[in-house]
Order: sequence, then C-alpha cells, then structure tokens
Amino acid sequence: MNLHEYQGKGILKSFGVAVPESIVADTPEKALEAAKSLQESTGSESWAIKAQIHAGGRGKGGGVKIAKSLEEVTQFANDILGMQLVTPQTDAKGKLVQLILVEQSIYYPGPSEIQEFYVSVLLNRETGKNTIMYSTEGGMDIEKVAEETPHLIFNEEIDPAVGIQGFQCRKIAFNLGLSGQAFKEMTKFVAALYKAYDAIDASLFEINPVFKTSDDRIFAADSKVSIDDNALYRHKDIAEMRDDTQEDPTEVEAASHDLNFVKLDGNVGCMVNGAGLAMATMDIIKLSGGEPANFLDVGGTANAERVEKAFRIILKDESVKAILVNIFGGIVRCDRVAQGVVDAYNNIGDIKVPIIVRLQGTNAIEGKEIIDNSGLKVISAILLQDAADRVKEVLA
Amino acid sequence: MSVLVNKDSKIIVQGFTGNEGAFHAEQMIDYGTNVVGGVTPGKGGQTHLDKPVYNTVDQAVTAAGADVSIIFVPPPFAADAIMESAAAGIKVIICITEGIPTKDMIKVKEYLKNYDCRLVGPNCPGVITPGEAKVGIMPGFIHNPGRIGIVSRSGTLTYEAVDQVTKAGMGQSTCIGIGGDPIIGTTTKDAVKMLMEDDDTDGIVMIGEIGGGMEAEAAYYVRDHGTKPVVGFIAGQTAPEGRTMGHAGAIVGGAEDTAEAKMRIMRECGIAVVESPATIGAKMAELMAVLA
Repeated sequence: MNLHEYQGKGILKSFGVAVPESIVADTPEKALEAAKSLQESTGSESWAIKAQIHAGGRGKGGGVKIAKSLEEVTQFANDILGMQLVTPQTDAKGKLVQLILVEQSIYYPGPSEIQEFYVSVLLNRETGKNTIMYSTEGGMDIEKVAEETPHLIFNEEIDPAVGIQGFQCRKIAFNLGLSGQAFKEMTKFVAALYKAYDAIDASLFEINPVFKTSDDRIFAADSKVSIDDNALYRHKDIAEMRDDTQEDPTEVEAASHDLNFVKLDGNVGCMVNGAGLAMATMDIIKLSGGEPANFLDVGGTANAERVEKAFRIILKDESVKAILVNIFGGIVRCDRVAQGVVDAYNNIGDIKVPIIVRLQGTNAIEGKEIIDNSGLKVISAILLQDAADRVKEVLA
Repeated sequence: MSVLVNKDSKIIVQGFTGNEGAFHAEQMIDYGTNVVGGVTPGKGGQTHLDKPVYNTVDQAVTAAGADVSIIFVPPPFAADAIMESAAAGIKVIICITEGIPTKDMIKVKEYLKNYDCRLVGPNCPGVITPGEAKVGIMPGFIHNPGRIGIVSRSGTLTYEAVDQVTKAGMGQSTCIGIGGDPIIGTTTKDAVKMLMEDDDTDGIVMIGEIGGGMEAEAAYYVRDHGTKPVVGFIAGQTAPEGRTMGHAGAIVGGAEDTAEAKMRIMRECGIAVVESPATIGAKMAELMAVLA
C-alpha cells in the first residue's frame, strides 16, 4: 500500500526522522492559513506547494511550486488543487489533486553549501535482508544515476539479527562526504529512518532528496513510503490512511470482491485462477494475435457470484472483443465453475462478445458438458492449445 | 529416490485441526501419504482423522519420529510455526500459508541458518512425489509416477505443466512448488540442483515468472553443471512493467528482471525455452525422444 508524501512524513517524524514543517490543505484558503502559520512557527518567508498524489515526478508535471509570497501561495494552491496532474509515472489522464502540502522552505541562505542526497530502504530479495541504498546524487532520477554513474550508488545491508549498527550509519554519512555537524545529523537521520522502516513493516522508503541545509541540518525533503500489504493487519492506523481515489476505480471495485485485477490496454479479457496461470494466459492471448485487456485472478473459490462479478468488471471495458476463461480445477471443481459461468451469463443477459471457456483438472469433462449443453454462445475447450486456437478464430 | 518427500517420509500437519489443514490433510491421507499426526497447540492428546494430535512439533518428533512438516497455520502465526519445526529437528518444512509479512520471513530466513533443514515456500502449493507422497494442496490425480522433475513459482501453472507432461505420456519424479513470495526457503536454483542430482529424474521443467533474479541464477547453474535436458517457461511476457515494484526495487532487481531477459539468459544457458505455456509438455516429450 502506498502512502501520500504528507502521511509518510508524519510517520517519519514520529520516529524522530527530521522533516520540514508542513501542513496539508484541501482549499486555497486553508493553504494560505497554513503558510501564515508556518511563517510564525519557522520564520519561513517562502513555501513549497506540493500536490499530494501517488506518483513521482510531480515537479515535472507542474505539481510542485515554490511560493515566494503569500499571494503566490494562494495562486499556486488555486492552480494545483483540482488539476489532473500528469507525470512520467502516471498514465496520460494523470491523477486528480485533492490535497496539497504547504511546507516551510529549506533553501534558506547560510554559511555552508546546500546538498541533496538519495537514501532508500528496501528488501534485497537475493539475500533476504533489508538494504539501505544511498547516493551522493540526490534530487534526480535515481534510475538515471544507476545507469550513468553506478559507482555513485552505495548499498549497506542490515543484519536481521541485530538491526542497524552505529558503524553503518557512520559509514553512510562518510560516504556521502559529510563532516562536522552535518555528519552527526546524518548518522541520527539514517538510524531513525531504518528504525521507522522496520517498525511499520514498510516495503519501501525512498527519500529523494535527503536535504542538507546551509546550516548543516538534515531533512527528508520528500518521502515515498510503501507498506507491506501482508502486514497491514498489525498496523490498523496505517491501513486507515489508504486513499482509494488514487487507484483505478475498477481495480478498487475488484479488490472489494477479492478479485485481483489489473487493467491493461488490449482487446481480449481474461479470467483465470492463480496469478502464474493468469500471466501465462495473457501470454497465450498475445501469441494468438490478441492483446490482453486485463490481468484477473479469481482466486481459489471461483463460484457463480465471483465469476459474475469478474465478467461484469471485464465487460466494463468497451475495447474487449473476446473473453478467455481459463480455470485449472484443483480444489475448485470445473463443473461448479462451468455452472457459475452459465448462471453469470444468464444473469448478465446481453453479453455481446464471444466467450471461450477452458476448463481443465477436477471434473473438467463434466464442466465442458455443462457449457456445451447450455445453449449459450460460449465456446468450450479442454487443452490450453485449443483455447488459444479458439481465441485466434474469434479474433480473425 | 526422488527428492524431498517419499513413501517413507513421516509427515506432520501444523494447523491440523483448522479448516484448511483438516481438508488438505484428509486429501493427503487419501492419496496414500504417510501422515503420522498433526500439531495444534492445546489439542494435544486428541485424535483427528484417526491420527494423533500433538501440542508441539517437538512432541511429534519424539513420539512419532516426524521428519517432514506441512504448515497451514494462518499468516500471523506462520513464521513462528516454521521456526518451531526447525528447532524440533524437522528436516523438510513445507509452508503453504499465503500472506506472511516480509519482516517475519526475514527473521525466519536468518533463524533457519542455524539448523540443518530445508524450507519450501511459503505461499506455495507444496511438494509431491507421485505415487508416494503428496505434501501439498495440488490435485493428486493429474500426476503420474515418472522421471520428469518440475519446479515452479506458481500453483495452477504448475498443475498445467504437470498435466501436459502426463498427457504427453510421461510422469513426474518430484514436483516442487517453491512459492511466489519475495523471501522463500528454496530457490529455483536449489530445486533444479536437487533434481539434477537425483538419479530418478531424467528431465526438468522449470517455470518462472517476472521479478527477481532466481531464474537467471538457476540458468547459470544449468549452464555450468547441467547433465539433463531442461525445458523452461517464463510467465508474464505481456505483464506491464513497474506495477508492483517501486522505483528503487527495479534497480536492485536489475536488467535480468523481465520475462524477455530471463528467457534470453535461459536460452543462452542451454535451456529449451518455450514461448507458449501450451507447449511445455510437447517440448519435454521431444527432448526425451531424442535421448531415448
């Protein structure tokens, strides 16, 4: 589950990670109030106005602006709130901005040079350990840094038995080229950051940039925080932060019925039990001359109700020209699934696209008979290759 | 011989009396698997499915000589169940449970280093040596005793491969579902290596999917140590990039992450990679015919 920047920063702050003072706002009036309040508490004379959406690259789409006066705060808040923000990480429609973060500016002048670093915490799947990945090249696209100057990216693996150690924090701060007060601040920052990551069952922390101010303070200037969905049961407070408006509405609806659905751009819909087989089914659609319109895993209990729901979700997409149902019956019996398909078809009534149902495994023959005797315009198949050939035929 | 489990394995079920555990334990017993009992804390001394219930894995090892465990314990308690098995001296731990927090699995992985045992899973369909022992949730009847080993990260796609191998007139030595989670006990390479060293296996089907570097690692093993034909398939050639992975994860995953890259590496390492999941069985039959 992804969090907004402001939510991530709230959590970081509660673990002692330094973040700039900020206030979230949903109207220009509240944004102005926020700016005034920050002026009073921090003395800041300029403010970052930042769109809160679940996507990076917000600045490139005009979703982050620096306001140098209170008038500009109102103006930028007006501009950004309500916009469909398109960034390199969103689709062409972009995401609706409903909240902005008004933040004290940390670009103030001072005795030392301002610096931007990159720090993330994530799982190294190969070793099964968490790793702190960091770089002197902050504030830019880290993928580009990895490609062009990989020697500027460092990794520090954390021993699960003892957690992060002091020498590791010092090593990171030294590698980032820091000394004096900034060095001390960075070691504290890294220790607190890892503590937070571990405590909230995060699956990714990406702080880009980590900001060194002109008076040698270290701040998380941005925050990208993802939480392990499997661990949300023990973080009820964080689970409540979920913002469904940031997800595809059809995917949210599917999730509410326990269907794992991802919308794609193709012309052949599919409904499959099991994620691996679902991906394989998408691949076979492509090999048959179509393009998959979705990924849909109906899970272990493909009963009539779920099959109907899944059909309705797939049929919402008008570019779908055919639907391939691919069920390998193990615990789930194919005759039950077949009956589910027939019932769903009758309930929905006006399905205009051809449906190919491939049933294999437990009671596959009985399932095929139910489909064949239903009188419906549903094509049945037993072998995966047959199903692929049928897809090819209906697309021709 | 086969690998991991056979007719002599003494198997216990952790979460024996729960819904999932009871259902699948019964299926396993019906298949002829040597289930010697189960563990449900607090229900020790009872009998379930005509088998003894123990309070702890330790008791099951002492009283029944258990050496294999299959886990159906709910996610919040599953990591604990795995570690209990390891500490009690179980040699093969098969964890079916889906949805264990990654943080718990990081601890488990570290903990298991101190024990001489092998974990398969979590979030997997289990392991079957057809005709001898079904230690998992797979439908038994699609399998046929034979000499093809199968390794896969997913459930139903494994069944698909098994079914094709059976329908192509062959059978399976052992089928290993290694699981789809970020942290798993047995990797693709571990499983391929076991089957490569198994005298009862003539050919190997290796099924992977997008994400992680496990298939590439297994492919390099096949290149350097392979003595048997390997058929490979990678699911997710059409999967959109970056849907589940963050930015930073993609970097660590590296360029060997995509289906295309994995298939290329596997081909370069001498694996017979099929593009269509419908031709896994046919390809294996073809390679076996050449051998014969």
